[in-house]
Amino acid sequence: MNGSPYALLAKNSVSSVMLKVMAALIPGIIAHAWFFGPGIWVSLFLCTGFAVALEGLILLMRNVPVKPFLSDGSVLVTAWLLALSLPTLAPWWLYAVGVVLAVLVAKHFYGGLGQNPFNPAMVGYAALIVSFPVYMTQWPAPLGLADHSLTLLDAFDLVFAGQGSISPDAYTSATVLDTWKTQARLGLPAEDIRAMAMFGWAGARGQEFVAAAFAFGGLLMLAHRLITWHIPVAFLVGLALTAGLLHLLDPGRHADPLFHLLSGGAMLGAFFIATDPVTASSTPLGKLIYAGLAGFLTALIRAFGGYPDGVAFAVLIANICVPFIDAYTQPRVFGHDKAGK
Amino acid sequence: MGDRLHTFNGGIHPEGHKAESSATPIRDMALLPRYVVPLRQHIGTPARPLVQAGDKVLRGQPIGAAEGYVSTAVHAPTSGTVIAVEPRAVPHPSGLFDLAVAIESDGEDRAVDFTPLDWRNLDPSALRNRIRDLGLAGLGGAVFPSYIKLNPGAQSIHTLIVNGAECEPWITCDDRLMRERAAETLQGVAIMAHALGVKTVLVGIEDNKPEALAAMAAAAPAGVEVVAVPTRYPGGGGKQLTYTLTGVETPTGGRSTDVGIQVFNVGTAYSLYRAAMLGEPLLSRVVTVTGHVARPGNFETRIGTPLADLLTAAGGANPGAVGEIIGGPMMGFDLMDLAAPVTKAVNCLIVKDPVHFPPRPAPLPCIRCGACARSCPADLQPFEMYWFSRAKDFGKAQSYNLFDCIECGCCAYVCPSHIPLVDFFRFAKSEIWEREQEKRASDQARQRHEFKEFRLEREKQEKAEKFAKAAEKQKEAAAAGPAAAPADPEAEKKKAILQAALERAAKAKEGVTPKNTDHLPPRVEREIAEIDARREQVVGKEGGEG
Repeated sequence: MNGSPYALLAKNSVSSVMLKVMAALIPGIIAHAWFFGPGIWVSLFLCTGFAVALEGLILLMRNVPVKPFLSDGSVLVTAWLLALSLPTLAPWWLYAVGVVLAVLVAKHFYGGLGQNPFNPAMVGYAALIVSFPVYMTQWPAPLGLADHSLTLLDAFDLVFAGQGSISPDAYTSATVLDTWKTQARLGLPAEDIRAMAMFGWAGARGQEFVAAAFAFGGLLMLAHRLITWHIPVAFLVGLALTAGLLHLLDPGRHADPLFHLLSGGAMLGAFFIATDPVTASSTPLGKLIYAGLAGFLTALIRAFGGYPDGVAFAVLIANICVPFIDAYTQPRVFGHDKAGK
Repeated sequence: MGDRLHTFNGGIHPEGHKAESSATPIRDMALLPRYVVPLRQHIGTPARPLVQAGDKVLRGQPIGAAEGYVSTAVHAPTSGTVIAVEPRAVPHPSGLFDLAVAIESDGEDRAVDFTPLDWRNLDPSALRNRIRDLGLAGLGGAVFPSYIKLNPGAQSIHTLIVNGAECEPWITCDDRLMRERAAETLQGVAIMAHALGVKTVLVGIEDNKPEALAAMAAAAPAGVEVVAVPTRYPGGGGKQLTYTLTGVETPTGGRSTDVGIQVFNVGTAYSLYRAAMLGEPLLSRVVTVTGHVARPGNFETRIGTPLADLLTAAGGANPGAVGEIIGGPMMGFDLMDLAAPVTKAVNCLIVKDPVHFPPRPAPLPCIRCGACARSCPADLQPFEMYWFSRAKDFGKAQSYNLFDCIECGCCAYVCPSHIPLVDFFRFAKSEIWEREQEKRASDQARQRHEFKEFRLEREKQEKAEKFAKAAEKQKEAAAAGPAAAPADPEAEKKKAILQAALERAAKAKEGVTPKNTDHLPPRVEREIAEIDARREQVVGKEGGEG
């Protein structure tokens, strides 16, 4: 039986939401390609292909209608977020393993769309960085710094044929977050680290513009009401405050907050990853707590952890807390007093 | 109070489609050969039939009397002969039949004598009883008997809100009524204000009805403030309009009267005018016929008019129609049978076409995007209520304040996964109500059983005492008389066997569980306990708004 409302529903669907999220990612992707070369097209292409094929196969095996569920677009967003989190120019199987972990393990093992407690792309990333740390720390150096500038064909070649002909050192480098951590631990003064060629005016050379482009895409999502302000603001404030405090306490060891906001996955995480509605908190106050926690943990992991970036682990830990946070941050219902009666 | 408006959270802006039916004046309908007047036309107890097949009736003659407190009378829409008092199709989502009086018109339309009410001098309770017998009920949809709402009772009422918001898309009956009969409607409002003894009267009208606003403002006497409220569905919900105009939230589980505010619909005010000034019972109302029809518009429709005839009056459905809705597209329901008549609750008949009323797309899983929560005028978290209603974890659904849901449909309207959320909430509510009923029944059964056990035990004891007395008497007699004859050994043996059997039976009986609620699965028992605990909080949602 089909009850009211019968009115023509709002023009809104899961697939349109997902497509808009992907559209909002495009400025960041273009910036990435501009500053770091064509590798990003290869990893996006591979992750998308693997993810769509795997999702289709799983839907068939689960005996659910393939077309509506494949066209909801959620797997595309997962694939893109994974591709944007992984180093480009890694061997093809790394992307395949990441997709299996994200789509099969993190999503469908829990029941598919809407049921997963953890952000699938971040599960894929976290499992890969634990399992294959070497591949995961080789990021393409910004164009102009690499000894070798790559064409799209070179990139395909590298990803599929392996890294025989060209040494990885010719086109990759550690990330700035990584470099900062290692050099600061070795006792190099902050000014000297900042003077290294890989650093730009605020963050990593090139990366700071990519971050700005992701933030721009995020603002587009805000304008289109795909997300609310709570999660990005709380995430960035949590990250900046924690990083700022550490920087004040020990400026030689810890970079300034602006550097943290414009490096690594901070902007991508704040606007696109922490905001995944399925795994994020859903009450206004809960969103602030959840994302503030994720930002805080990101700064801590970056400062004291052993991995190049902290966004993925921070978001996953915050995901764990969501049911608890939601249960205790229910908004007051109309006609109830403050005690909820 | 009305000079600063308050904004409730949530709400939506669906396509209005008001112009289709609001352009033309209210039309009268020709006298029909047959009318069907259901006896249940209001919340509460259905009216008790006063006529039987073969009786002659006049227009305005009572054919059903108020039965009990929450009830009101129903009247013959024209003169003629009662041809049946039997279950007929009624406009209800269930499609079930209900007791109705079918009248064959004699074509003369003769009326009983109507005596205007001397409402200024009449004793308040006598006035209310007259209003009850004239069959007045809220015409905004809830059809709560008006005479009850006109009783200020223990709580003193300081503000009367007259609801002319008409926030549902497509419906324009209140709009046309206010445009054409503003003075009469406001006279009805004056009688309401008199009966309630209120100081402040606010008339709330959505600002998408400038003509109605102008007409009402022009006709409003001193002390009645006509306020334009922003057009945002469900701004005409009783709780929402009250909040918009006064900033006061109706407490959960309660009514606006708990905070000194009474709300009536403009249509009810107009019918009160007719009742008081002309002495006329509620015989007709304005009904919008719109959608996929030849000549959409509003009709002064006698209560009991078969919907098929009303549709004919509007020129009939256009080719390609795919069904009808009673009420608005947001909160109305699919009509099962066009033979069902117009009742006091029916404000609109919409004929559906596939363009404006396409089938709902197949639902996808909830992605917890929270669009429903942001659109909810009650500030609920519909996706949480959905999650638990779907899992049939009704206790949990209730703890997310399921019963504060007004079923306005905003959540289902915005949901990107196209989940029929309101269907789930209706389902959960009815399941909870049903379980409470079951619980009451099983409580009763248990009490009966316990009393029976007590009675059996008492009888056993009384028997035992009697036996003991008799045995004593025998003993005394034996002691007094000659020595008793030695017992028959065969009889002694039989007695021992019998005794053993009795003991075994008693033991077996102890093992048997005597309570009929003990066989319920633990889940149900737990739920019964939980429901019991929350029972106090659940108050029937009848009425409250005009």
